[in-house]
Amino acid sequence: MVGAIAHRGPDDQGVFVGDDIGLGHARLSIIDLASGQQPMANAGKDVWISFNGEIFNYVELRDDLIARGRHFATQSDTEVILQLYEEMGPDCVTLLNGDFAFALWDARRRRLMLARDRMGVRPLFHTRRNGALYFASEVKALLEVPGVSAALDPIALDQIFTFWFPLAPRTPFKDIEELKPAHVLIADPDRVVVRPYWSLDYPRLGEEGAHDPRAEGALAEEIEHLLLDATRIRLRADVPVGAYLSGGLDSSIIAAAAKRIVPDRLRTFSLTFESPEFDESEHQQQMVRALGTAHDSVACTAGDIARLFPQAIRHAETPILRTAPAPLLALSGLVHRDGFKVVLTGEGADEVFAGYDIFKEAKLRRFCARQPHSHRRPLLFRRLYPYLPGLQSQSPKYLEAFFAAGLGALDDPLFSHLPRFRTTAGAKAFFSGDLRSALGGYDALAELRDSLPADFARWHPLSQAQYLETAHLLPGYILSSQGDRVAMAHAVEGRFPFLDHRVVELGARIPPQLKISGLREKHILRKSAERLLPDGIVNRVKQPYRAPDSQSFAGPDCPDYVARRLATADLAAAGYFDPRPVERLVTKCRNGKFIGFRDNMAFVGILSTQLWHRAFVGAGAAATIASAVA
Amino acid sequence: MRADTERKVRKFIEDNFLFREDRAAISDTESLIDAGLIDSTGVLELVAFLEGELGLRMADAEIVPENLDSIRAIVGFVEGKRAEVAA
Repeated sequence: MVGAIAHRGPDDQGVFVGDDIGLGHARLSIIDLASGQQPMANAGKDVWISFNGEIFNYVELRDDLIARGRHFATQSDTEVILQLYEEMGPDCVTLLNGDFAFALWDARRRRLMLARDRMGVRPLFHTRRNGALYFASEVKALLEVPGVSAALDPIALDQIFTFWFPLAPRTPFKDIEELKPAHVLIADPDRVVVRPYWSLDYPRLGEEGAHDPRAEGALAEEIEHLLLDATRIRLRADVPVGAYLSGGLDSSIIAAAAKRIVPDRLRTFSLTFESPEFDESEHQQQMVRALGTAHDSVACTAGDIARLFPQAIRHAETPILRTAPAPLLALSGLVHRDGFKVVLTGEGADEVFAGYDIFKEAKLRRFCARQPHSHRRPLLFRRLYPYLPGLQSQSPKYLEAFFAAGLGALDDPLFSHLPRFRTTAGAKAFFSGDLRSALGGYDALAELRDSLPADFARWHPLSQAQYLETAHLLPGYILSSQGDRVAMAHAVEGRFPFLDHRVVELGARIPPQLKISGLREKHILRKSAERLLPDGIVNRVKQPYRAPDSQSFAGPDCPDYVARRLATADLAAAGYFDPRPVERLVTKCRNGKFIGFRDNMAFVGILSTQLWHRAFVGAGAAATIASAVA
Repeated sequence: MRADTERKVRKFIEDNFLFREDRAAISDTESLIDAGLIDSTGVLELVAFLEGELGLRMADAEIVPENLDSIRAIVGFVEGKRAEVAA
């Protein structure tokens, strides 16, 4: 099992086997290189831990524990968890500020504790076979267990083809679950309990606090100080730390904060694209000049994306609807080659401070719904998506029609996301008859609605939309397929100051009108960044990180595997998609004209599902579909 | 003539948006947007088909959902334009 995930920790491996337990570990040495080996035990050798990730406030926690009379044998953050557990039991997780997934064995109580960080940065999967509980950072380790095999969960695929990710704890693998973010699993001899230890919460509508312009400056300052501290503790490492620089506001803030803390030794890394539609190198260079960092970049062509895509799927372990993880795999490869193990990134700012276009889009849709006969209001959608040429040429009536989804249901809890979900779900048109039969009348939107927290309906619409992004898309896709999995493919650990839970909690309390002012996204964050960044970066309109999708597989240098995976024989053998419609889609994408969101997502989703199938299931899976919905 | 137009339009929708011949999948009156078949790029694709394959000349003001958001609407629009030209 450890060998299957050796890429996550190439520096060392260790195993502990007790009476009722076995713990394995693949170590990526970052803190206490000399004595931080794992699995690690307490002084009494009756509590053992295998831990992936970092506890960023371990220095303060360690000092507190020493002040209470405890003695430490190592300098590592791992030992801090052990000793904190001895003091507090499973509640110790509430004091941890970090990105972690760990398994802790308490031999005296015969208790296993699995825990995962609040935002879902580090992955943790588990499954039960023959009365035993197996767990691992990646599913491929679980597939090494005798009796555990991979089969597609059709409901998960339906969810991916609606939301871009399965609803946790569901995974694409039937009978294999993930531990949800901010949850612990406690397995005692007589029962297994999974419970949350933290939850994302927003003020109730009308209780968000009034918009007081005089308070804006103080709030911006509070954000700046907190971000600097979140960055400071994320620079703790006994190896050099770098930073990703996309050219946008968020990564620029983090790189500037890091530069302020470690002026002489910050290294930055960027991705560039050959297509100007996706490339941001001009803005990256502007920041490099402003910060004076040592900088390195990797150019990613469409051919590179096609070449890297199967590897991205093997690491992400899920069908995906965008190619965006593949370039990030190239970027982590660059970081690794340059000798770095840790990078800071700007991930999380769009969720916490409301940067995504979907937030403004939902605001505009509500604005249009108030005057349904206005011909001027829909024109504002053009301002929302200046980087989408297809949208710029549309008439107001079409703009209104495209963004009208759910206008009749303003109180639908998923209002903000209905257009996106509708477009994405269009890709389900390619599902095979067998897959449709297995799904029956399954309704992914209904399941998501039913899973929302009790207070959700009492939140401001922006908070509701932020919740959907932060609690679902962030851990389900951004932090996994575009985050941990493609970084750890090259033994690179991403660290995210915007996802420090103190920042997340502060962000949730900020009045909505300070997050989106008019149609200016991340208003308050921009204000707090004014002292850190050049004007051109602070006031730059957001350009979302995107990579070429189906075009990546349409060029003359497209690898041979694409045709093989999308051939009728392969499609029929896997059984998930109807070959004839897929053939028409492939032809359309190859011709390269008029490829919209749905076609792109369908193409990438089908290809990635076929690659997932080949990587994990192999031949003979078609027969499992009909019986897979339990 | 109308039947021929309807056959061509439906085939175009099936080949490029639906990707399958399936009369049950989209009725003549169903909204192409609500069915998730057409997005902003799809509208441009549809206009290119009407102008290229069916020889229509479309004014910007005519590119609206009333004219193009169902098979029946498209066929009605095409026939109306042809009648205009003939008159």
